[in-house]
Amino acid sequence: MSESTYQVPTMADMLARGEAPEILFWVGCAGSYDDRYKQVTKSFVKILNKVGISFAVLGPEETCTGDPARRAGNEFLFQMQAMANIQVLNGYEVKKIVTACPHCFNTLKNEYPELGGNYEVIHHSTFLQQLIDQGKVTLKGGGNFKGKKITYHDSCYLGRANNIYEAPRQVLQALDAALVEMKRCRTTGLCCGAGGAQMFKDAESGKKEINIERTEEALATGADIIAAACPFCMTMMSDGVKNKEKEESVKVMDLAELIAKSEGL
Amino acid sequence: MQYISQIAFVLTLILAGYFLSKRIRQIRKNILMGKDIDRSGNAPDRWKTMLLVAFGQKKMFKNIIPAFLHLLIYIGFLLINLEVLEFILDGLLGTHRLFAPFLGDFYTVTINFFEVLVVGVMFSCIVFLIRRNIMKVSRFSGLEMTSWPKLDANLILIIEIILMLAILTMNASDQILQTRGDQHYVATGTFVFSAFLMPLFQGLSDGALVLVERFAWWFHIIGIFAFAIYVTYSKHLHIFLAFPNTWYSNLTVPGKIENMPVVTTEVKTMLGMPAEDGAAAPANPDEIGRFGAKDVNDLNWVNLMNAYACTECGRCTSNCPANLTGKKLSPRKIMMDTRDRLEEVGQSLSKGGKGLEDGKSLLGDYITQEEINACTSCNACVEACPVNIDPLSIILQLRRYTAMEESGSPASWNAMFSNIETSFSPWKFAPSDRFNWSEDLKQEPPSA
Repeated sequence: MSESTYQVPTMADMLARGEAPEILFWVGCAGSYDDRYKQVTKSFVKILNKVGISFAVLGPEETCTGDPARRAGNEFLFQMQAMANIQVLNGYEVKKIVTACPHCFNTLKNEYPELGGNYEVIHHSTFLQQLIDQGKVTLKGGGNFKGKKITYHDSCYLGRANNIYEAPRQVLQALDAALVEMKRCRTTGLCCGAGGAQMFKDAESGKKEINIERTEEALATGADIIAAACPFCMTMMSDGVKNKEKEESVKVMDLAELIAKSEGL
Repeated sequence: MQYISQIAFVLTLILAGYFLSKRIRQIRKNILMGKDIDRSGNAPDRWKTMLLVAFGQKKMFKNIIPAFLHLLIYIGFLLINLEVLEFILDGLLGTHRLFAPFLGDFYTVTINFFEVLVVGVMFSCIVFLIRRNIMKVSRFSGLEMTSWPKLDANLILIIEIILMLAILTMNASDQILQTRGDQHYVATGTFVFSAFLMPLFQGLSDGALVLVERFAWWFHIIGIFAFAIYVTYSKHLHIFLAFPNTWYSNLTVPGKIENMPVVTTEVKTMLGMPAEDGAAAPANPDEIGRFGAKDVNDLNWVNLMNAYACTECGRCTSNCPANLTGKKLSPRKIMMDTRDRLEEVGQSLSKGGKGLEDGKSLLGDYITQEEINACTSCNACVEACPVNIDPLSIILQLRRYTAMEESGSPASWNAMFSNIETSFSPWKFAPSDRFNWSEDLKQEPPSA
């Protein structure tokens, strides 16, 4: 790597230099503003730098995909957001998008085409798995996580919504850690409680919070690390672990963070 | 005498056909009250889905015990009903066991096989009754499982057991009559299971035996006709609707929400973009109708068919994260409410009543805001349904009505909407700060 710092080029920078990146990294609102998920964004950017892939972000030009608006029923707002984003993406002639947010992923991949936005969209779990498969990311004999117990919490918008169950697990297996499954996993995985715009309101009254139910299930595996691949799951599971006062012994981490960490990044 | 029974049979058949077809037409009319949705094309995938999910019971096998018990009843239903063909022909022609002379030994084997199924069906029905009423398996209870749904479920099981008993009684008495030299009762060989019942009837006179045999025969065939009509008023309609319901499944990924082309047209107009040829604006703005769904006619016909196809098994609800944690939402209730409201409107219209204009609506009078607000759109209900019902689709359409027609979303959602409008993020951060996360990375020298 010839650069002296990490590079985070924007599409505008690239265009000004007359270049076009191979891939656009769609950061998402949580990845941009949420303090915890900014760590994931940075880890992923470090990996992108390390493997030397030509990428760019939209930077200040990125806006909400409209996912929470659509799920909450505000179709007008969703489509306004979608149209605006599609204009920007098409303006830069974007072909391929990677994102660390399953909600952005689902919206960009499945819901933008009908509105004129056609891109190859992949989630960062699939992207990381491909890097590992291609030998671009080689984890030296487990490193930090060898022998650690990790459980993977399926994001609904990756799993049931898009049928992505194996890629995140294959990434974890590359860490040489012991992967333990929760009772409800894959197609029967229990939601963290934040999907469908629940992230942006209080839960309806009930006898328990969904994230507590899910955290209890994760803790029951005896895992040292709860691996997540979604900003909302990250928040919900972290809150759950805090509620159970286990934050010292159990960490909630994203796949990109685990890979970056084991690479010493 | 013989003609009397043939005439009686023809009249029974006509009567059953009349009530059944009337009811089917009513249900069809109700379903077509829904908006149009394109579920055409993709025939190979639709065949595959229907064969695997409905015919092959694929999604039932996530839970092996009920799957196996259900399979026994299902195979029994499919195969024993082949015998109904013989029943009907015998009834019309005044014959008795019409196929026996043609099939010979194979007839004996076939009826014996049916008797195995009969016993299997009875076994499953009894275990199902125990699961519902003694073991009280939790998914059979819940807010929406009021007295009628519970009675309906038990009635179905009891009726099936009685119908099976009628077959065994008929076969047992028939076998005794065969030994008494009545030419009408052709020799069929031994039927293994009903043979156990023969001692019960051995002491009866020929006349009494004929009476028992004829009674069992008529009871079974009228029972089947009556049950078929009953099914159209019951949750049990899934035995037929599972097939079209899976055929018209949503074949796109579950994560994708159905687009609203009407909104696309409006948004494009607002942004000064040319509307695409295909999505021409409606000639008359009044024809747009409501945004989202308030009542059953705002939903699409697949949603409405889903409601009739629901057999209230509760797999959706028992997998729903909101329901599991004590919220009011129950996907099964969404489907049952949709069906109840649709029946109410349909019945009213067929009597010349007010129908949809009765001052009630699906959202509000049946389904509450609290229920739809609790959904995490996680698709667990959709995944769990053995016949590919999609409660989430209905929930989202009710949310659309609430958000766009009533501005009635929860206050925090309205705040989220305005954050997106003004700051382009669901949180209230300055758009100019969006790229701040990169600042320290740009200072950091890469390791390794």
